[in-house]
Amino acid sequence: MSRIRVLVGTRKGAFVLTSDGTRARWDVDGPHFGGWEIYHFKGSTVDPNRLYASQSSSWFGQVIQRSDDGGKTWETAGNKFVYDGPTGTHQWYDGTPHPWEFARVWHLEPSLTERDTVYAGVEDAALFRSADAGQTWQELPGLRGHGTAASWQPGAGGMCLHTVVQDPSRPGRIFVAISSAGVFRSDDGGRAWKPINRGLRSEQLPDPQAEVGHCVHRIAMHPSRPGVLFMQKHWDVMRSDDGGESWREVSGNLPSDFGFPIDVHAHEPETIYVVPIKSDSEHYPPDGKLRVYRSRSGGHEWEALTRGLPQSHCYVNVLRDAMCVDSLDPCGIYFGTTGGQVYASADAGDTWTAIVRDLPSVVSVEVQTLP
Amino acid sequence: MIVRVALPAHLRTLARVGGEVKVDVEGPVTTSSVLDALEAMYPMLRGTIRDQVTRRRRPFLRFFACEEDLSHDSPDAPLPGAVASGAEPFLVIGAMAGG
Repeated sequence: MSRIRVLVGTRKGAFVLTSDGTRARWDVDGPHFGGWEIYHFKGSTVDPNRLYASQSSSWFGQVIQRSDDGGKTWETAGNKFVYDGPTGTHQWYDGTPHPWEFARVWHLEPSLTERDTVYAGVEDAALFRSADAGQTWQELPGLRGHGTAASWQPGAGGMCLHTVVQDPSRPGRIFVAISSAGVFRSDDGGRAWKPINRGLRSEQLPDPQAEVGHCVHRIAMHPSRPGVLFMQKHWDVMRSDDGGESWREVSGNLPSDFGFPIDVHAHEPETIYVVPIKSDSEHYPPDGKLRVYRSRSGGHEWEALTRGLPQSHCYVNVLRDAMCVDSLDPCGIYFGTTGGQVYASADAGDTWTAIVRDLPSVVSVEVQTLP
Repeated sequence: MIVRVALPAHLRTLARVGGEVKVDVEGPVTTSSVLDALEAMYPMLRGTIRDQVTRRRRPFLRFFACEEDLSHDSPDAPLPGAVASGAEPFLVIGAMAGG
């Protein structure tokens, strides 16, 4: 029977949640790296026992941890993230030029094909790559060197590159998302990049349809249809059917189209999930009800999934990297909250159970389906 | 010279040490030479006390010894004789924060 391993990054450490394929009973292991912020915690699909964790602290800076035995033991990897060439400036919150400064790693994305290759999306926004399992890191400077970079501005959480999506059918095609610059695509392994934000509309910008400047919160892809992308933007849920060349809104009947995570069912490429949040100034669910919304039509028509989720007095948030799906059948859906709960559904979202309720504030949730 | 270094709890955990560490410093005993020796012995501490590129002290850390705050001294200034002799430790202190 398959096993499930859920990797949870929190404000105060990492946790590993494990179950058999029934997903009914869970063991909770942790905290690992107690007291440190774990921005992201993810395993390799090439070697599922290889895990990476981004460990961060205002006092001590950035540490990268790597495990080669599924999280039983850890060793520190390289943490030297140095921008390639002149750092230049981006816009600060007040519109003045501000030099690029490395702050932390928001997202670690192991290669789909090479065991020792892993990408790191960092703040201030840049993409780094390691070909030696995280021991050394090299920036892919074409992204930060894009002609629009001087106009990029940070979102409330900093100017972070938080999403890295690889196209499994087209080696070298990588999508990244930056708050608040938008989505960029490379077709040559990260050397050259182009902004792909046509169709996005952000009323916070002087030109709402600008080439860059959009606060994209998360993008998701089903591996069987890599030309179709789904996006949770600051406001608006969007989709693209042409590899990001153009986007259209599919928010439909959502109670709010603000939110952070978005993900795709493992076996139904038109079934997608979001967690609506009331607004960018409140950052909690509408009406105090924690509801995942599912669309089985690739957007527009959404249904609320509430069974097992708190439907009163709930004011948690679900952050951009804190939702994921396993590959069992029925598909399992997982998400973590800023209140420290990790919820799981073993039936594609119809019913939910809290695996654990009182962790530190959850930043990221990833899942591995193991043989 | 054998210099004693006291680290904050999170860095002791990261370096997998239980208490003070002792580092062998060649040449003049300065903040830079002590940290160089510390990072050579415990590479996982690189970047956690001072920036990897600029070599400047991270803002939320301080260096104390012999009841003095040495944080703003030149990193190449000699440390007190009691530190160089091993009679007193070189203290890496994390800023207090929180409620």
